[in-house]
Amino acid sequence: MTIAPSHTGGRRRWPIPFEPPYEGTRIPQRVPTILDVRPDLEDSEDVFQINFGPNHPSTHGVLRLIVDLYGEEVVGLSAVIGYLHTGFEKTMETKTYWKCVTYPERIDYVGYQNNELVFSLAVERLLGLEVPEKATWMRMLLCELNRIHSHLVFLGTSALELGAISMFWYCFREREQILDLFELATGQRMHTRYFQIGGLAEDIPPGFYPECRTFVEWMPKALDDYLALLDRNQIWLERTRGIGVLSPRDAIALGQTGPNLRASGVDWDLRREQPYLAYDQVDFRVPVYPGGDVYARYRVRMDEMAESTRIVRQCLDRLERMDGWPWIVDDRKVVLPPRGELHTSMESLIHHFKIVTEGFRVTEGEIYVAIESPRGESGCYLVSDGGPKPWRVHFRSPSFVALEATATCMHEALVADLVAIVGSLDAVMGDTDR
Amino acid sequence: MSGWEDVPGFVSAREGGDMPTVMVETAQLREACRHARDELGFEVCVDVVATDYLDWGGKGVAGYIGTASGRDIMHPSTHGLQTLPAAKPKRFSVSYHLLALRQGAPRLRLQCWIDEGEHVPSVVSVWPTCDWHEREQNDLMGVVFDDHPNLTRILMPNDWEGHPLRKDYPIGGEPVRFSDAE
Repeated sequence: MTIAPSHTGGRRRWPIPFEPPYEGTRIPQRVPTILDVRPDLEDSEDVFQINFGPNHPSTHGVLRLIVDLYGEEVVGLSAVIGYLHTGFEKTMETKTYWKCVTYPERIDYVGYQNNELVFSLAVERLLGLEVPEKATWMRMLLCELNRIHSHLVFLGTSALELGAISMFWYCFREREQILDLFELATGQRMHTRYFQIGGLAEDIPPGFYPECRTFVEWMPKALDDYLALLDRNQIWLERTRGIGVLSPRDAIALGQTGPNLRASGVDWDLRREQPYLAYDQVDFRVPVYPGGDVYARYRVRMDEMAESTRIVRQCLDRLERMDGWPWIVDDRKVVLPPRGELHTSMESLIHHFKIVTEGFRVTEGEIYVAIESPRGESGCYLVSDGGPKPWRVHFRSPSFVALEATATCMHEALVADLVAIVGSLDAVMGDTDR
Repeated sequence: MSGWEDVPGFVSAREGGDMPTVMVETAQLREACRHARDELGFEVCVDVVATDYLDWGGKGVAGYIGTASGRDIMHPSTHGLQTLPAAKPKRFSVSYHLLALRQGAPRLRLQCWIDEGEHVPSVVSVWPTCDWHEREQNDLMGVVFDDHPNLTRILMPNDWEGHPLRKDYPIGGEPVRFSDAE
């Protein structure tokens, strides 16, 4: 059995404060991600160190927090990660690009389609492939459904942890509908592997649009239900308001992105600032809340679900006019030939064989592609040496960065708030550890 | 666009591709980062990534690049030449992907090159977010960051041997440890 990472507490060698240590920063000065016990409490016998996790329901996986408690107050905290490290980046170096597509979605197992997308985009940009319009819009639709799915999991589980058990069932009711849509379109409920390098694996099946329409009509009503359950719930408000405050400046210094950054009042969304796919052609609003607390992070995600529903509706309007359009690029050196051709064309058979066995070759170069995943900026750094396998793949995972903010958010928090704060940062441990 | 010469420790710059890449002297990396943050306005460091180029272009590594005008895959005779990929200055590259939160989302890649045994100055004092990023690259790639306040393993167990993402790390065959073994 592998020995679990143990807590070293950090070597207390020299304090190098980050600079400029601006007014009002709450980032711990010695190590930005470790909250040290205050000097006046350091030798106190009332400070009690406990192990929170790694197997605790509210750590969303296997996150271990070493918490110093003074009474009920959290006075020290350090996070230990790595329990879900599976070496995806190393494994992908030994697979052809064609096989690699399966891996990114297993990294962030709640926002899988977004991870699949970022890897496909990176390879496509190195190859210089133009993806057909239909594939672009379908990718956008699925990514937005996936965003709703991810936020529903966030909302359900973090409300569950604060005692709102019924929220979990309501959220998972809608999540089930989304998973059914994924199954209808791709054949899989999770880890769909529907995005291929060059487009989509299959055409959109008949019956998908009406089903999706039904969901889009239903979702705003469900969102109203959630708001009615939570937003006027005094217990919920008291557990979330003013808890785990992250100031805009601290959020930027800690590299926060996505909903966590927008909840700190920074108006930043890669879908709008750096449009990929066809986000410049749809109309949506970027919700920003200035509070920086758990409540703001919950509200941002609630509003994002409504906006994503709007985007899905616009995607449907476009896609319904694209019947019979190509869904994958017609490039036999990269894309598998249509199945039917294999029986009649020797050429297609050779292409099929070459792609499956040897894989296609990708132009030499390095590239970093970033998208707005449900958790923030999800990036893929890819180095190709011109061969059929990636030389180096690295994923910039938003959850990894979100967890860096735990120590900063834990200012004057009680141990009960710790659960609310960790839940509100919405870290997926598979994404953190990769 | 030029102007990258003002970056402390400037070596060379490459435009195009996904973002401009500026190579800097390893020793002056921290000054370069501070310059990028304060003068050029790249207030977010989104990612730190190290790459091992051991045996880059060597035997068994495919070298097959496209034509100068791009890859014309539909015409078999224009596939490009069997060429080795361009040589790299040293074994490891360490890239810092920076982002500016303003119109157009400008990005910049600061890159420095090191050989086995050389160290990189830590930039945790410039961007606190680099704390874990640098620990991760230290853990998986074995890059040592000088002046990092807490340079310990982060993803692998503390007593792990070797750095798994290095190209000379053996794949498979790692010893299986049992709980009753010493």
